[in-house]
Amino acid sequence: MANPADRLIAGRTGAWEIVIGLEVHAQVISNAKLFSGAAADFGAEPNEQVSPVDAGFPGMLPVLNGKCVEQAVKTGLGLDAQINLTSVFDRKNYFYADLPQGYQISQFTQPIVGKGEIRIDLADGSSRMIGITRLHLEQDAGKSMHDQHPTLSYIDLNRSGVALMEIVSEPDMRTAEEAGAYLKKLRSILRYLGTCDGNMEEGSMRCDCNVSVRKPGDALGTRCEIKNVNSIRFVMQAIEYEARRQIEIIEDGGTIKQETRLFDSGRGETRTMRSKEEAHDYRYFPDPDLLPLVLDPAWVETIRATMPELPDAKKSRFVNDYKLTPYDADVLVAEQSVAAFYESVAKGRDAKLAANWVTSDLFGVLNKRGLGIDQSPVSAAQLGEMLDLISDNTISSKIAKDVFAEMVETGEAAGAIVEAKGLRQVTDSGAIEAAIAAVIAANEDKVTEYRSGKDKLFGFFVGQVMKATQGKANPALLNTLLREKLAG
Amino acid sequence: MVELTDLTLAAARAGLDAREFSAVELTKAHIAAMDQARALNAFITETPDLALERAAESDARLAKGEGGVLEGLPIAIKDLFCTKGVLTTAGSHILDGFKPPYESTVTSKLWAAGAVGLGKLNLDEFAMGSANITSYYGPVINPWTPHAGAARGPLVPGGSSGGSAAAVAARIALAATGTDTGGSIRQPASFCGIVGIKPTYGRVSRWGVVAFASSLDQAGPMTRTVEDAAIMLGVMAGHDPKDSTSAPMPVPDFRAALTGDIRGLKIGIPREYRVDNMPVEIDRLWQQGIEWLRAAGAEPVEISLPMTKYALPVYYIIAPAEASANLARYDGVKFGLRVPGASLDEMYENTRAAGFGAEVKRRVLIGTYVLSAGYYDAYYLKAQRIRTLIARDFEAAFQKVDAILTPTAPSAAFAIGEKMDDPLAMYLNDVFTVPVNLAGLPGLSVPAGLSADGLPLGLQVIGRAFDEATVLRVGGVLETAAAFTATPARRG
Amino acid sequence: MALDKATVARIATLARIKVPEADRDALGHELNNILHWVEQLDEVDTADVPPMASVVHLTQPLRDDVVTDGARADDVLKNAPGAAHGFFTVPKVIE
Repeated sequence: MANPADRLIAGRTGAWEIVIGLEVHAQVISNAKLFSGAAADFGAEPNEQVSPVDAGFPGMLPVLNGKCVEQAVKTGLGLDAQINLTSVFDRKNYFYADLPQGYQISQFTQPIVGKGEIRIDLADGSSRMIGITRLHLEQDAGKSMHDQHPTLSYIDLNRSGVALMEIVSEPDMRTAEEAGAYLKKLRSILRYLGTCDGNMEEGSMRCDCNVSVRKPGDALGTRCEIKNVNSIRFVMQAIEYEARRQIEIIEDGGTIKQETRLFDSGRGETRTMRSKEEAHDYRYFPDPDLLPLVLDPAWVETIRATMPELPDAKKSRFVNDYKLTPYDADVLVAEQSVAAFYESVAKGRDAKLAANWVTSDLFGVLNKRGLGIDQSPVSAAQLGEMLDLISDNTISSKIAKDVFAEMVETGEAAGAIVEAKGLRQVTDSGAIEAAIAAVIAANEDKVTEYRSGKDKLFGFFVGQVMKATQGKANPALLNTLLREKLAG
Repeated sequence: MVELTDLTLAAARAGLDAREFSAVELTKAHIAAMDQARALNAFITETPDLALERAAESDARLAKGEGGVLEGLPIAIKDLFCTKGVLTTAGSHILDGFKPPYESTVTSKLWAAGAVGLGKLNLDEFAMGSANITSYYGPVINPWTPHAGAARGPLVPGGSSGGSAAAVAARIALAATGTDTGGSIRQPASFCGIVGIKPTYGRVSRWGVVAFASSLDQAGPMTRTVEDAAIMLGVMAGHDPKDSTSAPMPVPDFRAALTGDIRGLKIGIPREYRVDNMPVEIDRLWQQGIEWLRAAGAEPVEISLPMTKYALPVYYIIAPAEASANLARYDGVKFGLRVPGASLDEMYENTRAAGFGAEVKRRVLIGTYVLSAGYYDAYYLKAQRIRTLIARDFEAAFQKVDAILTPTAPSAAFAIGEKMDDPLAMYLNDVFTVPVNLAGLPGLSVPAGLSADGLPLGLQVIGRAFDEATVLRVGGVLETAAAFTATPARRG
Repeated sequence: MALDKATVARIATLARIKVPEADRDALGHELNNILHWVEQLDEVDTADVPPMASVVHLTQPLRDDVVTDGARADDVLKNAPGAAHGFFTVPKVIE
């Protein structure tokens, strides 16, 4: 039986190692396309965001968008990677309806960014470094629709020429979980940097998975590429399916055919891509319409100076400074805007209390309503104010839940709600004692039972006193006084 | 009284200013001439109505004392430049019906300077050729005919800018634009007895020029005099931010550079250009050119350009390679010819097989091959390394000399039908011109004499990068010394 | 490097140009002549010689990230041999 700690899976003939490399295509956030002045937005009417350059018209020429270069450099810095001050654009030649020039402008031998690494965190609390091989800039292709007409495919070139960063990982991952963690972390970094919105459902971030299997210690097996998987969950499913498929083939005595496959999310299976069966000869050569891209090291440094604190660094700081658990810190740094919201709440307050309220209560509401943190019905300031009321004992944690619910509904401030509804906590010992006395008097039989050993009845008394005080009794004080009184 | 169609750009412009004639008259004279010379097949698309409209506009401007450098001057455009709303074919079936929704930078500049467009000129298909016999629209005929005893049928005008050269020589346009990738301005200029200059790579914008080989293509003027070439180049040249390979160099006053004074200039005479089987009369003309320059006070210096013989094979790897990618966009999807197919790939294959001529197909296939897996290093990369050596040859030479003098072509114009069996024989036409494109330098051809058959022969002046001024100045001296006044028999 | 019929067919497919079976020999012959002729380049010692990156000794200029083009679907589509509902149309592709 394979030991999960070895990151192996069990086949019929023994333990197998899965080798996973991921190629992510991330659409660059920019106003215009990589080599033309057409807009790079999503969702326009067909062919409305197309320049004759994007449509491959005769005599048209590419000119490089400086912002896209900046975004690529920024991303490279965020991946702790080497920035290549000289890089070259190459033509990748092939024919397809969504590729109007008959070649894609990409970077082959000299990409703009070289080796880097990112740290991924796994559920068991461990973390590992995954290498980045390279990052390069390239044009996106247009969109083909094959299901609009019985005999025709429809082509929309709006996306043709939009800037992509292709981020290639080293084949360092060994489990589907690692692949998922890698994509999560990468997406988080891209969103923090503002270089890609990481929206896999909309296609602004796509993942090709390279999967092969081998017996531990053997040479690398033949890999298959699963193209254009558009969610992290599907990536993990596809990897697991593909690994099993390959193991079964080999254990049955067969060999793996190197091929490109698609993930059928409906069936949870990978299958061969018909059109990609023959090997492509891309005939890469430097694009003679472009000159070598040479970056000024000083310019790279100015970009470095604009980098925000990235998720890993922020997580460390949250753990060290706010004393949060790694798990809570993880949750809070996943989105930069969430982290900012949290810090605004936590500043000068009980950081742990703040973390609990943000990650369970607030997130609960946001998830239920399908809202992002930027659309939160409760602002950071408002939540902070409510926490202050808990900390200074104005309200109990339990009452706070009700107050919070009211804040979400009405948008009112906590203080106003507490006053309006008279929810102030009762901290006056005298009042609580009086309530306890009344409950004891009304339940003499239970008091006897309790005193003769039925400890469980304590909860009953707590409930009765709370009811008598409309839930406003300070729980700690109630407990102390009740115990005293019941003890006799 | 000089025929209006015999004027130079300079003289015509002066004549318009002096009100000797109007722009409309000048254009009408050319339209009539085009009519007369239609058999030359120099034009693919004639635009007489548009021309008369623009001429009228020019007259209005001139009347107000306004007017650009080329105001009212009828010129014609090689059909490789995209002209908005006007059929642009690149001499190919595959661009049937294509009317660009944009105007090339070069033609925009010419129209802004007031030039009047007579139409689009015939060329070798996609600028691939040296005889203008590969056009879908039929061959262009050289307006020059040899002496009676040497009759051998119509002659080629050279290529690929054959229509441009023929039109200017036949006096059916005052000037024309051409493009030059391996000699396609200079060699037809030589065959047709006119002036043509290929500027330094990056001097003139390629935006809107149908691309053949991106690292070699340059647009340039084809005119009857060196002064006209200087005038027209001044309008065509200039940095274009839409072309990444366009050089941000200021454009000098080329016309002012024509001082006629070349005293003290060192003129390089490359020994490797004395090729095997060089026709005696070409060698003699070359010697004559050297003497003319010496008489004008320049100093001929023998130089060596050792890589010369490798230039043609280097060119015939790099140009087809770039072309194979540049022509991939002609696929029947967005514009031009579409031949149906059962599948997308079949549609591509049918369209491109029917749409491209034999020479274009040959070059696209060669280009595809030399870039393909396993051959890229041995062919393409090797050729690019030798290209570096060729450029270094010139750099070293220009440490010692200021300009280089060579013949333009290894022969005079030949007959349509000669050199047809072997593509290689045709490629050798460019032996003297190709190295200049590989090194990205400026090159000018000036008509210098006639062959024994009475056909024009040109001399080539090569200069340092961005030193068209010196090239034109030396060319001007040759022009004066040669006093080439012969005109072709067949003309408008 | 001799081009046999199969190679000619493969190159023709890469270039998406239909070359009928009957023409492949002749075409292969022509291409072979050209390739044989360019082989003289092997004579040249190019050790340590960099391939030419660009004949103009400049580096790539950058453009500002401003939208200056597009919003011209008509222009883009008007020369198309096949167009419908604002799209280019091609024979249906089955993936």
